[in-house]
Amino acid sequence: MVGNYGYAGVWVLVGIGFVLFTFFFARLIRPQRPNPNKLKNYECGEFPFSDSQLQFNVRYYIFALIFVIFDVEVVFLFPWAVVFKSLGLFAFVEMLIFIAILLFGLAYAWKKGALKWV
Amino acid sequence: METGIFYILAAIILTSALMVVSLRNIFHSALMLILCFFAVAGLYITLDADFLAAVQVLIYVGAVTILMIFAVMVTHQLTGTTMRQVNEQPIPAALIIIVLFILLAIAITQTGFEVIGKFPLMPTVAAIGTALMTVYVLPFEIVSLVLLVALIGAIIIARRD
Repeated sequence: MVGNYGYAGVWVLVGIGFVLFTFFFARLIRPQRPNPNKLKNYECGEFPFSDSQLQFNVRYYIFALIFVIFDVEVVFLFPWAVVFKSLGLFAFVEMLIFIAILLFGLAYAWKKGALKWV
Repeated sequence: METGIFYILAAIILTSALMVVSLRNIFHSALMLILCFFAVAGLYITLDADFLAAVQVLIYVGAVTILMIFAVMVTHQLTGTTMRQVNEQPIPAALIIIVLFILLAIAITQTGFEVIGKFPLMPTVAAIGTALMTVYVLPFEIVSLVLLVALIGAIIIARRD
């Protein structure tokens, strides 16, 4: 089991090493000329008009919450889909009930306008 | 081999967890939490629970910490500020932690942890699916109710502002 994921572990190490090596090597060969303009936020050639760490709209948070809930639902769909054929109609009805209950929540979110960007 | 991997992962988990509670920038704390959850996924792989490891990455690394980072980004006072990471009541906290530590130490040393002579189930996903659809039908359907309550509660709390 660990052996199967050994390759993944090797690639994690290669990824970390790649980033470290690139930063270190770039530091070795680049010229060092500090300048306050280089520390400004980059806005595609425009003059930056605010700090990069500004406050985001709270609506993003509602979308993230709804995303997490349906993400958890998908986790339960995976094992069901794997054994779906061997278990037959009973499992199918169970999953229909599972999704129907969550669809009620989606309908509620829709009706309350949580899916709308105002 | 497996013991060595376990110690490396445990060191990563403990270090990143300590940094979560000690770093002064809360955004950096959230990033350290991602590293902590990722190492926990590695721990699941050493326990032959590959589906659980995938779920750990998908839900905790991919969704829960992103939700926390969103919460930091939409909160005006938190973004980019540094704060004291020290509790206002160190003495009661220390007492409770010492009691909890002693209780956990007793529980861990008293437990036998017998090794059963079974090989781990190999495609774990099919076994989990069968168990969910036959033995654990009721908990499975209750999960959807819990998710529904979470969804409605989130909408009600978020829309009150």
